[in-house]
Amino acid sequence: MTGTINSLLVVVLLVNLFMLGASRMRGLIHAAAAQGVILSFMPLLLAARLDWIAVVVASVTIGLKGLIIPRILHKALRDAKIKREVEPMIGFLPTMLLGALGTVLSLVLAAHLPVVGHPVSNLVIPVSLSTILTGFLLLTTRVKAITQVIGYLILENGIYIFGMLLLAAVPFLVELGILLDLFVGIFVVSIIIHHINQTFSSMDTRQLTALRE
Amino acid sequence: MIRLWMNLILLAVVLSGLSGAWGLLSTGGRAWGQWVASACMAVAGVMGAGAGLVALAENKTVVMQYPGVLPGMAMHLKLDALAAFFLVLVFVVGAASSIYGLGYWPQRRRRRTARKLQLVYGLMIAAMAMVTLAADAVVFLTAWEVMAVAGFFLISTEDERADTRQAGWVYLVATHVGTLSLFGVFALMHVATHSYELVAIPPADGAVVRLSIFLLALLGFGIKAGLMPLHFWLPGAHGNAPSHVSATLSGVLLKMGIYGLLRILMCLPQPPAAWGVVVLLLGASSAVLGVAFALGQHDIKRLLAYHSIENIGIILIGLGVALIGVADRHPMWVVLGMAGCLLHVWNHGLFKSLLFLGAGSVISATGSRKVDELGGLARRMPWTAGLFLLGAWAICGLPPLNGFISELLVYLGALEPATHAGVGAWAVISLAAVALAVAGALALACFVKAYGAVFLGMPRSRKALQASEVGRAMLGPMVVLGGMCLVIGLFPMVVLTPLEHAVGVWSRQMGSAERLATAVPWRMLSIAALALVAGVGLIWLVMRRTGAMRTRRAEPTWGCGYAQGTARMQYTASSLAQMLVGMLRWVLLPVQQGGATAGLFAESKRFHSEVPDLVTDRMLFRFWRWMQLRLRPMRRVQQGSIQRYLLYILLVLFGLLLTLVPVWTMVRRMLAL
Repeated sequence: MTGTINSLLVVVLLVNLFMLGASRMRGLIHAAAAQGVILSFMPLLLAARLDWIAVVVASVTIGLKGLIIPRILHKALRDAKIKREVEPMIGFLPTMLLGALGTVLSLVLAAHLPVVGHPVSNLVIPVSLSTILTGFLLLTTRVKAITQVIGYLILENGIYIFGMLLLAAVPFLVELGILLDLFVGIFVVSIIIHHINQTFSSMDTRQLTALRE
Repeated sequence: MIRLWMNLILLAVVLSGLSGAWGLLSTGGRAWGQWVASACMAVAGVMGAGAGLVALAENKTVVMQYPGVLPGMAMHLKLDALAAFFLVLVFVVGAASSIYGLGYWPQRRRRRTARKLQLVYGLMIAAMAMVTLAADAVVFLTAWEVMAVAGFFLISTEDERADTRQAGWVYLVATHVGTLSLFGVFALMHVATHSYELVAIPPADGAVVRLSIFLLALLGFGIKAGLMPLHFWLPGAHGNAPSHVSATLSGVLLKMGIYGLLRILMCLPQPPAAWGVVVLLLGASSAVLGVAFALGQHDIKRLLAYHSIENIGIILIGLGVALIGVADRHPMWVVLGMAGCLLHVWNHGLFKSLLFLGAGSVISATGSRKVDELGGLARRMPWTAGLFLLGAWAICGLPPLNGFISELLVYLGALEPATHAGVGAWAVISLAAVALAVAGALALACFVKAYGAVFLGMPRSRKALQASEVGRAMLGPMVVLGGMCLVIGLFPMVVLTPLEHAVGVWSRQMGSAERLATAVPWRMLSIAALALVAGVGLIWLVMRRTGAMRTRRAEPTWGCGYAQGTARMQYTASSLAQMLVGMLRWVLLPVQQGGATAGLFAESKRFHSEVPDLVTDRMLFRFWRWMQLRLRPMRRVQQGSIQRYLLYILLVLFGLLLTLVPVWTMVRRMLAL
């Protein structure tokens, strides 16, 4: 069991690095969706016995992260006629290196975090921290508004992994609530993207500085 | 039965909270949403106030628990006589102002703002009711914050005007400072009692904690109540909100600060006498300075707002007397001070909302808030003029109206001789009587000025000349409020039972018991008031019969124009108040420009005078400008780039996480290798 989870977590790590290096929007969206689907399976593997609530939550999560959210993002991409390239502020290679550095740091940090009880796998905390960091890197180094959305999505994935430590403690209702928040958030942002695009005929978040005080 | 009243009140809370929501469906020029909202508020008002009054009469306490509303916590609501006392005010004024809004802020004409106003207004009333019912910190702070934020949206209703926006922001800053200190209050209480419920702290426990709770509560609730040095948000906010909102803000919202202070004091039994002295001195300074600043105002709503500060001062003087009484074990001080404090909460709620609604009628008829553009409205708006006069009479504390009764209670308390206490406490309490007298006299002068300039004399502008009486939707609520003022003034016995029960809740907790019924000659008060009314009526009748009312004027043939004044020759509001403002120059610091003429054939001159607020204009705004200059280098950090802001968060997050890692030992180990 632990072996399966460990290998899944390693896949998640690799997806992180892939996303930092991805130069095409389509690939980025697919990678984020894949990561979400992988993560949604994990509670099923961890649960002592399969009760129907866990199955419902997992299938809702898969449906949202694997199907609906990518579809919304693709639609936004199409409607707003955004160019298909990811526009970085600093190059792809430096961000990948930063991501790798962040992963190393997460491993060091995880060794020193005072965690109560035994986590299912030693990799849970470092992968979670590294995913959060990846989300942040995407948020801070990419220009387009739609990559910001994906950044938040990945940030949430990282928090989700962390939540696995507390699987027994966090009720599924809370999990579903977070999921709903995320869904609504992305829904709203994609609408906003559409409107920003219509008003300013640009998706560049750098131009939003014109709104500052 | 008390459970039934509680449930009725909760139903009224839900009804008023949702009252504006239906109106969101009525778009465009169709105004049924406003009718629904006002109908909901009226039903909620009757239900809530009725249930509150019955609960007051029954004088029982009920605590409701709702477990599992929050994870690991139950929600506690409590209804006792004190809460019911404030609830009645919330629902009565809430309903009256909402109905007034039908005429004053009609959705047909105010398309942009009316629906938002109704929605937020209902929420604020519901939140205020929840504040009074709250029995634990979570419910209290949640309701408090909903109330405060709703207040912000109401104040900034006319956000197209720059001074409204500024007043809104100042209010928001003030209310958040207040909430922050309330968080401190409840955190400290949790430290002392290990509970988030409002339970009494054992008197033996740490004096420092108790003192800090008291001071923080005084700060937090004092800001909300508009205590003198903390009043800085109040004149602007109440002056710029729509008038019926100002009525609720001034009549009810300020009282929530008083209510909170009373509740927290109930958790701190056996207070030292110094607390009472502090409250009393703050109240005295509020009362005197509030009315002094009101004298210098030319804007009728700002003038009324400063009078709110004065009346909060009177309420706090009552509380101070009661607190000193508790400390010195003088039950008469406790019961009279507290009764004066609570009754003035009701009275001020009634007559101040009446006055604000009256000012609203004037504004809606003339379109002007400036006293010096009005005049002669008594002939054009007789109902409004009469009701405003009633409110002004009451606020000056003159018999036979309700303001007199509550001030009399405080006077009786203050003049009650000391028994055990030293001369010191008595001296301070006698000071209260002096402050009350000064404030009363100045208030009378101020309302002579305001009423005279607005309603008497001749119209000073075309707007005032063309004014006409307002509609029934606006007059009705004013008549109801005025009627209540009159009933409490003429038959003070009607408030005896509610007052005694509400005072009892507070003073029993503070360890004092004295019957209010025997402390005050209630029957005599009523007889005297009725006799006064009868006497004045009789004199009026006699004068009418004998023809003394018909004046015949004889003027010299060559009167040089003095025989008949024109609108330009009559006293302006500022010239009427000039002597008093001059006497109070040392604190008001009035600003005057121009005016002096010389020679026989003087050319036309302009004269301008104003009294800027001591705290807001002279201190806070200057301080903020100075801060802005000083902090300009920090602007570089704030570039408006989302990416950069997120980077800041990331860096802080990682910095915090790195503190967990023993970096230094690791580096040292590496170097040693």
